[in-house]
Amino acid sequence: MKIPANFRIVRVPCTGKVDIIHVLRAFEKGADGVYVVGCMEGDCHYNEGNFRARKRIEQAAMILDKVGVGGERVKMFNLSSGEGPLFAQYSIEMNNKIIELGPSPIRVAKQNKKNAA
Amino acid sequence: MIIAEKKPIEEIIDEVKDFNRILILGCNECVTVCEAGGKKEVEVLSSALRMYFITKGDEKVIDEKTLERQCDHEYLEELRGNIDDYDAIVSLACGVGVQFAAEKYLTTPLFPGVNTVCLGANEDRGLWTERCQACGSCILARTGGICPVSRCAKRVMNGPCGGSTNGKCEISKDVDCAWQLIVDRLNALNKMGDYEKVAPIKDWSTDRAGGPRTVTREDVKI
Amino acid sequence: MSNLNTQSNLEKVLKAGHIGVTSECGPPRGSDPEEVRKKGLLIKDHVDAVNVTDNQTAMTRMSSLAACIHLKLIGIEPVLQMVTRDRNRVALQSDILGAASFDIPNMLCLSGDHQSFGDCAQGQNVHDLDSMQLVQTVRYMRDEGKFLGGDDIKRPPKIFVGAAANPFADPFEIRVPRLAKKIACGAEFIQTQCIYNLDKFKEWIKRANERGLTDKTFIMAGMTPMKSVGMAKYMKNRVPGMDVPDEIISRLAGVPKEKQAQEGIDICVEHIQELKEIKGVSGFHIMAIEWEEKVPEIVERAGLYPRPAI
Repeated sequence: MKIPANFRIVRVPCTGKVDIIHVLRAFEKGADGVYVVGCMEGDCHYNEGNFRARKRIEQAAMILDKVGVGGERVKMFNLSSGEGPLFAQYSIEMNNKIIELGPSPIRVAKQNKKNAA
Repeated sequence: MIIAEKKPIEEIIDEVKDFNRILILGCNECVTVCEAGGKKEVEVLSSALRMYFITKGDEKVIDEKTLERQCDHEYLEELRGNIDDYDAIVSLACGVGVQFAAEKYLTTPLFPGVNTVCLGANEDRGLWTERCQACGSCILARTGGICPVSRCAKRVMNGPCGGSTNGKCEISKDVDCAWQLIVDRLNALNKMGDYEKVAPIKDWSTDRAGGPRTVTREDVKI
Repeated sequence: MSNLNTQSNLEKVLKAGHIGVTSECGPPRGSDPEEVRKKGLLIKDHVDAVNVTDNQTAMTRMSSLAACIHLKLIGIEPVLQMVTRDRNRVALQSDILGAASFDIPNMLCLSGDHQSFGDCAQGQNVHDLDSMQLVQTVRYMRDEGKFLGGDDIKRPPKIFVGAAANPFADPFEIRVPRLAKKIACGAEFIQTQCIYNLDKFKEWIKRANERGLTDKTFIMAGMTPMKSVGMAKYMKNRVPGMDVPDEIISRLAGVPKEKQAQEGIDICVEHIQELKEIKGVSGFHIMAIEWEEKVPEIVERAGLYPRPAI
């Protein structure tokens, strides 16, 4: 299984480093979806990093819903570092979901603006 | 410190929807500590607002700035140079900062981005609770360091009232009975004899009731 | 303790050494005075005075003072209940004078249930004074003849003033010190929260006796007959500061539904008969809320009828 080509991977030392603004900015800059992949809950090398990430992703999803972008476009997955195939599988799952949802309303709006000009 | 919480984004959207150039103004002190209006919250709010208006086909200019405090002239003066770049400001400072900024920049509409809730402490991660009501005449020496004005729902001076149950206030199982806490503390200090001293009628003139309060220090004025 | 300070019949009865009896009348949620008079007339011959509650459980009702006036005008002696939740010290003193202008001779000072219990949960509360400071205020106005501000009062109020006590609220260890405080503030009579746990009450009164507090004030034991096992369970679980032992619940549950009300009255009568004998109990405050018609039966069966005429 291969990871879809339309993915941009950003590596972090722990998902606890991911903050709400990182997710929002990604959408502002035209991403159609964001997914955060962290260690299994209870196995975080830094103890709580992935718990913090989970809460932040939930918050980000809520904000994205409120501003009309859609909270389903961001999601968190948990797996252990050795599970390459599972990582690929989640990527495909996420990709399919985003394809189903269509391009982000931000991209659509910016495109419309360009066309109108 | 002053505890505030973020206003719902729908409310803020409603306030700014008719303006085009908006500044989201944060504060680096109390509202940063209670995670309501600091630099991080400014970033998140600005990004969210930008995206909202883009999806509505009504893209706006939304800038971000966080001042050290909004309750001191020198920091608010930092805006003087480009205040005219904006038709509206959303200040995430507490009610004090919002007002102080509004007094300075009379012709720029200013909207609060947080609800100022109380004077309190960071009791636990994500939990801030009220401790002080700024009554102006502190009686903590008599009550073992626990305030009946801010922590008793009826602010009784000679408590507890008859509704205290299992150390909790009659209004909610989540609210400690302040007078239970006071009794426990007096016990711990071996000062239960003080319990029977009748607290005199309180002078509320230094409280909100007496009108807006001022503190002046002649010795500090030049 | 034997000099009379007011025209109060309740004061006379208690100071003459009789067991005092009071009951309670809640004003209506409307402006019809007939509802007040009706309740008062049901109980007037079986009590020494009638308490009129003050926006109880923070539900807005006709004011206690107005209802007291209606009772006084038909010859029934009221006890004006006043909470500190809704009025500042100006209004409290003012209403005390208003009561005194109609020669209402008794008052009970309370904090009042928090407004979140009632129909105006979004309202402010006042608590300018607390209940103990209100007792001090009444005594000050009566005995010094002055307003809190220091000026003289023309025709100072002559009011027999009491406070409430709850032997069952937490923490138990301070319930007697609290009673001592209320007496130190000038409370001349005490009406307790309704009693179901006789053992706990006896313990409380024993400690009060030991401190000599029962020589300084008249303690009237609160009694409320249970109408049903449902009511008993509700009071046990949902009402703050209430202690309903399981034996009461079982006793009521052990009787068919139609007989539970009578069983509740029987329990009430038995309790009064038992507590009548306890040192320090000077009287009973029978609170039969919306069940005032049962008060005569309770008073008679408890051997407290007729009321002494002094």
